[in-house]
Amino acid sequence: MLKLEFNIIGGDFNQAGKASSKIKKKLKQLEIEPATIKRIVVATYEAELNVVAHASSGKLIAIFESDHIQITIIDCGPGIENIDRAMEAGFSTASKKVREMGFGAGMGLPNIKKNTDELKIESEVGKGSTISFKIFY
Amino acid sequence: MKISEIIKLTEARVVAGDSKNQLVIERAFSSDLMSDVLTLDDHHIILITGLANVQLIRTVEVADVPVVLLCRNKKATPDMIELANENAIVLLETPFSIFRVSGILYQNGLKPLY
Repeated sequence: MLKLEFNIIGGDFNQAGKASSKIKKKLKQLEIEPATIKRIVVATYEAELNVVAHASSGKLIAIFESDHIQITIIDCGPGIENIDRAMEAGFSTASKKVREMGFGAGMGLPNIKKNTDELKIESEVGKGSTISFKIFY
Repeated sequence: MKISEIIKLTEARVVAGDSKNQLVIERAFSSDLMSDVLTLDDHHIILITGLANVQLIRTVEVADVPVVLLCRNKKATPDMIELANENAIVLLETPFSIFRVSGILYQNGLKPLY
C-alpha cells in the first residue's frame, strides 16, 4: 500500500491539476492499463478543480492498493446544498471566472460518477465537502 | 493523418513538442469547453481550440490528448509551452479560425469524434 497526500489551494488555478498529474505519473510507473489511468486521473482532476473553484483549501489523499485506488478529497468550502441537484448534468454554481477558463459547465460530478466504481459524497453547508471514490485497476 | 500533414494543411507553427512525432491522428474535436474535453473517451485525437491558458494544457494532459491546435493567432504562454514539453504534448498555433481549420481537416479525411 502506498499513500500520497496533497494540499490544494482554493482559487489557485495555475496549481490545479498538479496532484492529478503526480498521481498519473505514479500509476504509469505501476504499469496500470492506460484506459484505467485515464478514468482515475480524469475523476481526480475534476475533484481537484472543484476544490480550486469553490473552496478556500482542501486535501487530496490517494491510497494505492493492490487492485484499486482510493481517492479522498476533503475541502473547507461552502458545501453542497443539494447533492442530487449537483449530480445533474448541467447544474452549476461556478463563477464567471471559472467559466471563462473553460470549466464550470456542470459536468464535473456526473463525470466523476461516470469514471469511478464507487463514489461517496458527504457535505455540510458552510463547512465543506468530502468526496471519496474507488476505481479498480 | 500525420502531425506533419496537419501542420502543412493549417499553416501551423510548432511551439512545443516534437513536430517529427510519427503519431497518426484519426479524429478531431473542436471546443473551448474543457469540461467537455474531460468527457472524451477516445485517444489519439487533436483538440482544435481558441482557448489559450495553462488549464488547457493540464486538461489535455489528463485527457490523454496528444496534439493541440490554437486557432486565430492565439499565442501559447511560456507556462503552457513548458508544461506541454514536460508532457510530450505537441502544441501548434495557426492563423486560421476554428471553423476554417475544422473544415480543412475534415475535408482531408480527419474524422469527427461524435
